[in-house]
Amino acid sequence: MTEYVVLSAILFTIGCVGVLTRRNALVVFMCVELMLNACNLAFVAFARQHGNLDGQIAAFFVMVVAAAEVVIGLAIIMTIFRTRRSASVDDASLLKY
Amino acid sequence: MTEFVKPSVEYFELWPLLVVFGVACLGVVVEAFAPRGARYVAQVVLSLGGLVAALVGVVLVARDVQTYDDGAARGVLAIGGTIAIDGPSLFIWGLVLALAIGGVLLFAERHLDGGVSAFAGQASAVPGTDAETAAIAANREHTEVYPLMMFAVFGMMLFPAANDLLTMFVGLEVLSLPLYLLSGLARRRRLLSQEAALKYFLLGAFSSGFFLYGAALIYGYAGSMDFAAINEAVRNDVGSSSLLLIGTGLLSVGLLFKVGAVPFQAWTPDVYQGAPTPVTAFMAAGTKVAAFGAIMRLFYVALGADRWSWQPMLWIIAVLSMFVGAALAITQSDIKRLLAYSSVAHTGFILTGVLGLQATDQLALGEISSVQAVLFYLTTYGFATIGAFAVVSLVRDSGGETTAIDRWAGLGKESPVVAAVFAFFLLAMAGIPLTSGFVGKLAVFSVALAAGAWPVVVAAVIASIVAAFLYIRVIKVMYFDEPVGDGPRVAYPSVLTATTIAVGAAVTLALGVLPGPVLDLAAVAGEFIR
Repeated sequence: MTEYVVLSAILFTIGCVGVLTRRNALVVFMCVELMLNACNLAFVAFARQHGNLDGQIAAFFVMVVAAAEVVIGLAIIMTIFRTRRSASVDDASLLKY
Repeated sequence: MTEFVKPSVEYFELWPLLVVFGVACLGVVVEAFAPRGARYVAQVVLSLGGLVAALVGVVLVARDVQTYDDGAARGVLAIGGTIAIDGPSLFIWGLVLALAIGGVLLFAERHLDGGVSAFAGQASAVPGTDAETAAIAANREHTEVYPLMMFAVFGMMLFPAANDLLTMFVGLEVLSLPLYLLSGLARRRRLLSQEAALKYFLLGAFSSGFFLYGAALIYGYAGSMDFAAINEAVRNDVGSSSLLLIGTGLLSVGLLFKVGAVPFQAWTPDVYQGAPTPVTAFMAAGTKVAAFGAIMRLFYVALGADRWSWQPMLWIIAVLSMFVGAALAITQSDIKRLLAYSSVAHTGFILTGVLGLQATDQLALGEISSVQAVLFYLTTYGFATIGAFAVVSLVRDSGGETTAIDRWAGLGKESPVVAAVFAFFLLAMAGIPLTSGFVGKLAVFSVALAAGAWPVVVAAVIASIVAAFLYIRVIKVMYFDEPVGDGPRVAYPSVLTATTIAVGAAVTLALGVLPGPVLDLAAVAGEFIR
């Protein structure tokens, strides 16, 4: 079981680093999805370890929530892309100080 | 593998939750089938009716609810133990619903901007194009904001009542997703608004990823996501404590992001400034109330036995939030950003109450518990905030709302009433006696002192003095500075915004002069059940 948990931690870290370093809003968003999938892997691995179904059910819920998040996220990113002709998170910098 | 048992659904106790969700879904149906002209009235009536029905439901349930499991606390565990309807839940439901009614009234305001609401005519139309001009000419407006808001209210009610980690995550997302969209729907200054939505969304999704991984690790530790089972596991010290520690840390990141505590406050000023002011008013008040309810339930119910490991963390975050919030608020030149940083400072003060957790039998007679103090502070903060942002939406010039603080110079002469009400809200936030803020601060400081967190209380008193300076600076600008150019103009609101401001001011005054009834109500609310 430990291998799967370690793998999920690695995936989570890759996603996390991606969010912090990538500049395109879509790629940032993909990295967030990677983090959610890492959570799913951890849930399923722990469910197997504890021998109950809670973790597997959680994984289904997370998938549904992630799908809803994709809808909202793409809507927002698309609107801002149509206005600015750019999906870079660095360009959106009117709000500061 | 255990056999699947069909959970019982406690329809009576869940009525407030169900009616809000039902109204949100009905709102979507109205949006799909009602003619454009009829939607505004239909949506406003539907939302207000739903919120009032839910509020009545909360009162009925609160009168009826029985003691749980022979303990001191009253409440019911609903739907197989996933939702805890206890005193604090019901108090927070009532508060969120009251604030949401104010929110609907602000959303429905059409007098301030020449007969249209504060929301974009057509969000999909790119600013500056023919499509946008056509939408403005046709006086279009997005009535989808009401169902979106009702979904957010549903999330705000589910979040603090969730009794397992999965329900709490779902509540967190249902509360956040509509707010991301609402932030991007401003009629004027569309670019700022869209940018606020993008930042809020990306950072919010990032932080909920942390929450979820924390939930997975705690599940790995305890073998269950139920708060009572986690509490049992923590007490018996099963499993690896590193899983528990890392899980607690990651869960805290997700929750502290939602309340805007330092170091997770970066989104607060940008989103508060960019979002349409009615949305900011509703979001600032409602999210904080809901998220602090969830923080208390997670830390007290699930991780209460492990409080020696999370209390020091909250000490540091509380002190940081107060000082960073107050210090950065002083440097702001925009009133919405100033109020945002002041909300960060308030997060620090409320956390002071949260870390004052003591076991019930350690409390001296007549001493208030930390749950009670935090619930009271949230009430004072919620009403003062929604009122203050409602006032911000009144001060305008030809380009819409004028939020630059130096443009507010001379407001005291232009409109003595508006300036006086705003000054009153600011004094309440500063915690001057005879306002609700004073009693709220007193309550959270005294529970923290009783729990032995005196260094935090000393820091909080110093931070209050720093914060008082910034509120008084705004009052000075309004009353004593010479107006720039032709000075600010105050738009006359309809009865909707006027009611919200009047109720906010009345509650703020009443809680300052006569805090007893609400403190008693918070005391009757009692403790969490598990």
